Amino acid sequence: MHKIYGGILLVLIACFALYNTHIYSDKTLFGKVRLSEQAQHGEQLWLRNNCNACHQLYGLGGYLGPDLTNVVATKSPEIIKIFLVSGVRSMPVFSFSEQEKDQLVQFLKEVNETGYYPNKEATIKNTGWVDLHYKK
Amino acid sequence: MKKNLRYPIYYISVGLCCLVLCLTAGLLAGFQYVVPTFIKQLLPFTALRPLHTLFALSWIFMGSIGSILWYIQNDTRYRYQSFSIIKLQFWLFLLTGLAITVCYVLRKFEGKEYLEFPHLFYFPILLGWLLLAIYYFRAMWTSFASWPAYYWMWGTGMVFMIFHFTEAHMWILSYFKQDYIQNLTMQWKAGGAYVGAWNMLVYGCSMYVMEKTSGSGAYSRSKTAFFFYFLSLVNAMFNWAHHVYPVPNAEWIRYAAYLISMTEWIILIRMIYLWKTNLPTAVKKKYRIAYKVMMLSDLWIFLNLVLALLISIPAINLFTHGTHITVAHSMGTTIGINTLILLSSVAYLQESLKMYSAKDRHLILVLLKVFNISFLGFWLVLIVMGIEKSKWLYFTQNVLFSDFQDSMKYFHIGFACFGIGLLAGLGGIAFRMLKHNWDILKDSTENE
Repeated sequence: MHKIYGGILLVLIACFALYNTHIYSDKTLFGKVRLSEQAQHGEQLWLRNNCNACHQLYGLGGYLGPDLTNVVATKSPEIIKIFLVSGVRSMPVFSFSEQEKDQLVQFLKEVNETGYYPNKEATIKNTGWVDLHYKK
Repeated sequence: MKKNLRYPIYYISVGLCCLVLCLTAGLLAGFQYVVPTFIKQLLPFTALRPLHTLFALSWIFMGSIGSILWYIQNDTRYRYQSFSIIKLQFWLFLLTGLAITVCYVLRKFEGKEYLEFPHLFYFPILLGWLLLAIYYFRAMWTSFASWPAYYWMWGTGMVFMIFHFTEAHMWILSYFKQDYIQNLTMQWKAGGAYVGAWNMLVYGCSMYVMEKTSGSGAYSRSKTAFFFYFLSLVNAMFNWAHHVYPVPNAEWIRYAAYLISMTEWIILIRMIYLWKTNLPTAVKKKYRIAYKVMMLSDLWIFLNLVLALLISIPAINLFTHGTHITVAHSMGTTIGINTLILLSSVAYLQESLKMYSAKDRHLILVLLKVFNISFLGFWLVLIVMGIEKSKWLYFTQNVLFSDFQDSMKYFHIGFACFGIGLLAGLGGIAFRMLKHNWDILKDSTENE
């Protein structure tokens, strides 16, 4: 019996390898936005200060602060920069330089270009499936 | 007691300490919801949250590794294998964990959610898992042809842990760094599958305890047990995309997850159901704590089964994603299921070595009730908070986030109060078990 189980395991591992190769490759659709160098620095700052502990992007992260996926669509860069160093409520008092603030804002701008959250225009199907509203 | 058998007790003791620290960090973080400036300068939420999750994962890893090592060491076939590799692994994990704790307290972060530590720590953690896997397969390989399903689960869990831990760090490579959506998708692919990998370790322990306390080895070698093993493996491999349903990635990834997710939660409830119906009264009496704790996990499996099935439906997930309902699901599985199974496993180990006194047994059962009532309240408050957040996200306009948070004040207070009950109940049980571990080690030293 263990030979059969071993065979099933090998088949599953082969399927898994194929599946992973597709996800790791650029053949799979992940949108057209690519982060600029400045935005990548912004993402690094986002990680180094663990902004994700309180804030969310696409609803992923902590819940103490608001989701920031589309924050640049509703707030100007100047307002965002003021928030970054405000230390408001439970937010730590950060001391970002002007350049760092620009990098963080650029990161949020490019995340905003990738899609919507919450996806209020999504279409719900009878099967329980949801067609997301994508950014063009 | 053989010296080799002491190390599993050390793992479990460190795990129980991590459980207490996890609950404490979680409670302090909960207080910051109620009083935003509470210890903000000393330990802001940005430090408390990763500390809370670090200790939670450490409890699950150390508790399950300790249990597995004790179970295989206790089997005479594997007892005399060299144990130095495991001693090295223990100290590697312990020292790395301490170093990461210091980094978090000093707010030195580099990684993504749940793995926020500086990238350098990837290497000792990977080495630790590799050492464990080498020890496990070296010790067990000769008997492969007669492995019960839980040996398969432990072996698979270790290999997948190594793979997905590495996958979770692939975003550092420049190839993936530019594409934010692919990056985010892969982060949650690794994270979701990582949970599947540790579930293999924990659920394997539950099957082991069920088998040993029932005195029958038939189930773990049956076709049914292997069917469920493969079903959970398929889920671990392909069912992670419900974490990223709202992320605009390829539809086929989500289709596959939607189909597979519907099968997941029947797995463990069936295992426990079979065990519960067959267990003789004498066995229930001998392993009273192990039995009670395992049965309590049954309730939480049922509640989380319902919740997991609902949030795996994209139409419902659209509204629950990014709300506290997701937290209820993750807390329900890590505390309600994983923690209870591991505590049952620890109780089984301890009751096999040294019976609890009647007073201790009574105290643990009272603490278990305190935990259960508090956790039910905690879980329900999270669900109500999630519903309120969903209403705010999708059905209100022009209400600022800060105003919404203020309107949730009483829920936050309730959440923190139930958190105190959780710390009292689970923390109390952890302390009694630590004391019992201490007595076992002391007795073994005196007997030598």
